[in-house]
Amino acid sequence: MQDFGSAFGEAFRLVVVLDPALVEIVALSLRVSLTAVLAAGLVGLPIGAALAVVRFPGRSVALVGLNALMGLPPVVVGLLVYLALSRAGPLGPLGLLYTPTAMIIAQMILVIPIIAAVSRQTIEDMKDEYDEQLRALGVGPFGMVATLLWDARFSLLTAMLAGFGRAVAEVGAVIIVGGNINHVTRVMTTAIALETSKGDLALALGLGLILLVLAITVNAAVMALRRTAGHASFA
Amino acid sequence: MKRLGLTLMSAALLALPLQESTAAERFITVQSTTSTQNSGLFESILPQFTTQSGIEVRVVAVGTGQAIKNAANGDGDVLFVHAKPAEEKFVADGWGVKRSDVMYNDFVFVGPPADPAKINGGNDATKALTAIADAKAPFASRGDDSGTHKKEKSLWKAAGIDPSKASGDWYRETGSGMGATLNAAVGMGTYAMTDRATWISFKNKGDYAIAVEGDPILFNQYGVILVNPAQHAHVKAKDGQAFIDWLLSVNGQSAIAAYKIDGQQLFYPNAVK
Repeated sequence: MQDFGSAFGEAFRLVVVLDPALVEIVALSLRVSLTAVLAAGLVGLPIGAALAVVRFPGRSVALVGLNALMGLPPVVVGLLVYLALSRAGPLGPLGLLYTPTAMIIAQMILVIPIIAAVSRQTIEDMKDEYDEQLRALGVGPFGMVATLLWDARFSLLTAMLAGFGRAVAEVGAVIIVGGNINHVTRVMTTAIALETSKGDLALALGLGLILLVLAITVNAAVMALRRTAGHASFA
Repeated sequence: MKRLGLTLMSAALLALPLQESTAAERFITVQSTTSTQNSGLFESILPQFTTQSGIEVRVVAVGTGQAIKNAANGDGDVLFVHAKPAEEKFVADGWGVKRSDVMYNDFVFVGPPADPAKINGGNDATKALTAIADAKAPFASRGDDSGTHKKEKSLWKAAGIDPSKASGDWYRETGSGMGATLNAAVGMGTYAMTDRATWISFKNKGDYAIAVEGDPILFNQYGVILVNPAQHAHVKAKDGQAFIDWLLSVNGQSAIAAYKIDGQQLFYPNAVK
């Protein structure tokens, strides 16, 4: 079990010397996953809010479907995006396969259901409080969606963070549509998969530790933002 | 406060490198196999080609079966794999222009020191497989339609054994790459067949060692093919051909021969002059 010990050593060494290859991979991981989550938020949050506010026939079926989509296997999403973006596929002429853009698209698809489902629950809980007042003011469904999204903004950060956790941790989708190309589409998770397949378990685990620290940092940053902003709004 | 948060966030996003815009515009995509990538060969030889030609080479390393499918879909300019019959079919089907030999090494059988099938030190692949099957000694197969897997299946066939009947019992198909299969083999204490390059560069050998080597049937030939621009108009035929020409040239061939790990040569160039 010397791998655990050497993994910490390896992780420490990479961080201390600020290994340029590591910096590049971490930066790409962050860029791909943060972009995917922000874009998924633009789509997922309104969907979640609309599902919380609007009643329509078949709504419960839609909710079951949405919740089930949270469990989409990344490798299936990767395959679907590959088939769409492949030169032989419908979007082939765009030439997006094996680019960071393809990875962002795949992660967006994975993350939208999570953001939509979690934000739907958050907003539905809040809506019960606001419902009467908003109705009395004669606010229409669009106004309601907008108001609830705005007032729930800090709680919705949790939905975004859940999405980020999914995006930054998955390997199945990005390794297919990104191709794990050195200096172009190699991110933390695909690098870990590569080092594992080379049998360099210490380096793989070391990269895993760095990924964990990265996730903690992003979560802590968002929490700090939420706290300071929360105080400011009550001041 | 909110404004500060937004400013910080946009600053952070802007600070992330925008690779697409800064990366060299001139590049080719090569569909290749895990053994060439995991062994470190590409990291050693590709910079030499890029310096000389100004063409960046982007390698997608997957199993040979998947690499061939991806190339047939047009998702690459050059195919660089090791399964000669499948490569010749790729060209015959019109997906590739022409196949050329580039280099070779060989496959070896690796196993635990306990050696349950008593094959250590052998140099006859057929005999070794027969002994493994007779002893029902656990054997980890790639099971992923890769070049190595195709080779392994042909060896079983030559030995007159159908291991698929024992699948899940002593014959274990991992369905993954060479490195992952070696990790599994070492973990489960099974025999495995691997190309020598992956084995030499593999770092999780544990107490495993080569059990069988040196049988001429274990020869492992690598070939390179330009994806047919007549099938896929976007194929970068000129730059792709430049890469192939370089691989087959004296410079490329000696770069391949010069790549060593711990003094051991991993690939032997054999392009036809």
